[in-house]
Amino acid sequence: MDRRSFLRTSAVLASGLAALAASLSPLRKLDDYVSLERFVQKYYKELTPEEMKQVLKRIENEVERQYGIRPHVRDLKPMDGVEYVYALNLTRCIGCRKCVHACVQENNLSRTPEIQYIRVLKMPHGSLDVEKGEHNYAPESVPEKGFFYMPVQCQQCKNPPCVKVCPVHATWQETDGITVVDYDWCIGCRYCEAACPYWARRFNFTQPSIPKERINPDMAYLGNRPRRQGVMEKCHFCIQRTRVGRYPACLEVCPAGARKFGNILDPNSEVSYILRTKRVFIQLKEELGTSPRFFYYFDT
Amino acid sequence: MTRALRDYLVFLRRCGRIAFVGDWRYYLWMGVLTVFCLLGLNAYAKQLVNGLITTGMSDQVSWGVYIANFTFLVGVAAAAVMMVIPVYIYDNEELHDLVIFGELLAVAAILMCLAFVTVDLGRPDRFWHLIPGLGQLNFPASMLSWDVIVLNGYLLLNVHICGYLLYCRYRDMKPSQWFYIPFVFVAIGWAVSIHTVTAFLYVGLGGRPFWNSSIVGPRFIASAFTAGPALIILALQIIRRVTEYHITDRALLTLRGIVQVSMLINVFLLVNEVFKEFYTGNSVASSQYLYVGLHGYHALVPWIWTAITFNLVAMFLLVLPLSRSLKWLNLTCVLCIVGIWIEKGMGLVIPGFIPTPLGQIVEYRPSLNETLICVGIWAFGLLSYTVFLRMSVPILQGRLAKTNESLPDPGMDGAPASLAAKP
Repeated sequence: MDRRSFLRTSAVLASGLAALAASLSPLRKLDDYVSLERFVQKYYKELTPEEMKQVLKRIENEVERQYGIRPHVRDLKPMDGVEYVYALNLTRCIGCRKCVHACVQENNLSRTPEIQYIRVLKMPHGSLDVEKGEHNYAPESVPEKGFFYMPVQCQQCKNPPCVKVCPVHATWQETDGITVVDYDWCIGCRYCEAACPYWARRFNFTQPSIPKERINPDMAYLGNRPRRQGVMEKCHFCIQRTRVGRYPACLEVCPAGARKFGNILDPNSEVSYILRTKRVFIQLKEELGTSPRFFYYFDT
Repeated sequence: MTRALRDYLVFLRRCGRIAFVGDWRYYLWMGVLTVFCLLGLNAYAKQLVNGLITTGMSDQVSWGVYIANFTFLVGVAAAAVMMVIPVYIYDNEELHDLVIFGELLAVAAILMCLAFVTVDLGRPDRFWHLIPGLGQLNFPASMLSWDVIVLNGYLLLNVHICGYLLYCRYRDMKPSQWFYIPFVFVAIGWAVSIHTVTAFLYVGLGGRPFWNSSIVGPRFIASAFTAGPALIILALQIIRRVTEYHITDRALLTLRGIVQVSMLINVFLLVNEVFKEFYTGNSVASSQYLYVGLHGYHALVPWIWTAITFNLVAMFLLVLPLSRSLKWLNLTCVLCIVGIWIEKGMGLVIPGFIPTPLGQIVEYRPSLNETLICVGIWAFGLLSYTVFLRMSVPILQGRLAKTNESLPDPGMDGAPASLAAKP
């Protein structure tokens, strides 16, 4: 190679590399880099109890570093002989959206951008067709005459389309009927979001942000621990509460007593009683065969 | 053994080198494409840092132009097979040597497909969760896992077929039938499967009535076999112009026949779809949104009617003898490609999300950053295809062969000009 062509080749090579570096320069702002530990983290179902301990400790450290508060993160398992069912009384719901906000607070949902698991539809009398529902109603006071209100959240289907379509088993149904997401395994393809007939899944389009003073430190691995950018999340019936015998936050806050929750396998539970005695109760989009564990009923 | 390995490495090295030499037109073309690639890379770096919020997508419309382009390009890749079938099943001699150009286009299209799904991932760092054995591939339940398998399999099949045939030509030996004919036939079936599986990705969603319809699969195949060969017709003419590679008009007209039949079927299926949606008066809300608008929202209406107009005009041109002239044929091909690109993208993926399953209408418009990434991936695809052609044309012409190993490569200083056509 002679001197001239050597110089030419070097010049082309150098400018090419410079252009490449310049185009990649936004990566310098990548603060949430993936550590090796997180990169190789195993799938939830493959973690040994010992490894799970390590992972929980690491998550507690990460949350403390980010939010300045030491959380208590637990890996709560489903209880034997329990299958959760939700029943919502459409006659009683007044559309106040207190459930929406209690859920946001309990489950450490991102405030900017805003993520909410529950969507309340304002429905005109005489129709259960969601396409007639109004999402952004904001009157002086609720309820309004001529309308009823229908809160929709994850229906915890017995035959969940979201679980079927996930290409990496990052979302699955637990034995107590709750469909959960392994936030550290989800690849963010959003196929489950396309598959869900109830628009119940939410994606973290950017790094979620929560004010430090609003963090709920009582956390579960498959529940309300803070999520990261690029993964899916959804309602999990407040796993961190219900698996230790408490009610979901949306139920506790409801001022109208429209929300009922319990173990359908227990014949003495409130939900068993409701499904046994109410003359009319429905599953949303029953015809799709998803078989929700979330029932809407009417007072008779 | 070592000798064979050495020969193969020399072959690869010479192929690699020739990709970097050409006349000024070649450098200009490659330079422009590289600039667009880098722009796309820059946009992707921004997306990696800030997340998919840099796109126009939302929880309501959770897939956008990435998946739309992906869907279109799977069709292009699948359509390469429409050149293979005439050659290997009907022994069409005209197309025989051109098959490789079609298959190389399939390879480039699959590379673009893989790029488009990768940029759509929220956590690309977790791609290894998809690798069987290492991760947790949800096979066979998830149609996406099928897609991962068939796309990568199709890529390997085509790389093998093209690579083997080219290497044989390079060494001037007769390809062993057993080494590629079975793969060719597997690839024919496989090509249909990649687009069928991609259609099933949508069809399998019971909560989205717009997609959950049995006509989606057949329409995918019909439109792919229209747009793909149309793209090949244009590509072949460009190859013919910038290299001295001989391509007959008859070969182009054979492909025209394929485009013609496919477009007729595609339009027929469209008529079926529109009739079913609108005659009974209880059409799916997404169809209303797409074709006529819904509750005052109609962002997609101009798109779909442009697509339908292009398809209809192309269909009439195709059935008229007029399109036997290359000038008209080229116009027709452009209409087919643009029409189907819109139809498979804006016309299929986006309206499936509008309104949402809870009846909310949120419209979608790709952001600038998102568009730059798409442009970057298209530039990358064209760059790859150009490089493939830059390597394969001289091999097919016998100018890059083992016999002239010791001579300077064609196009290098002192050797005959590479690209400029000889009078």
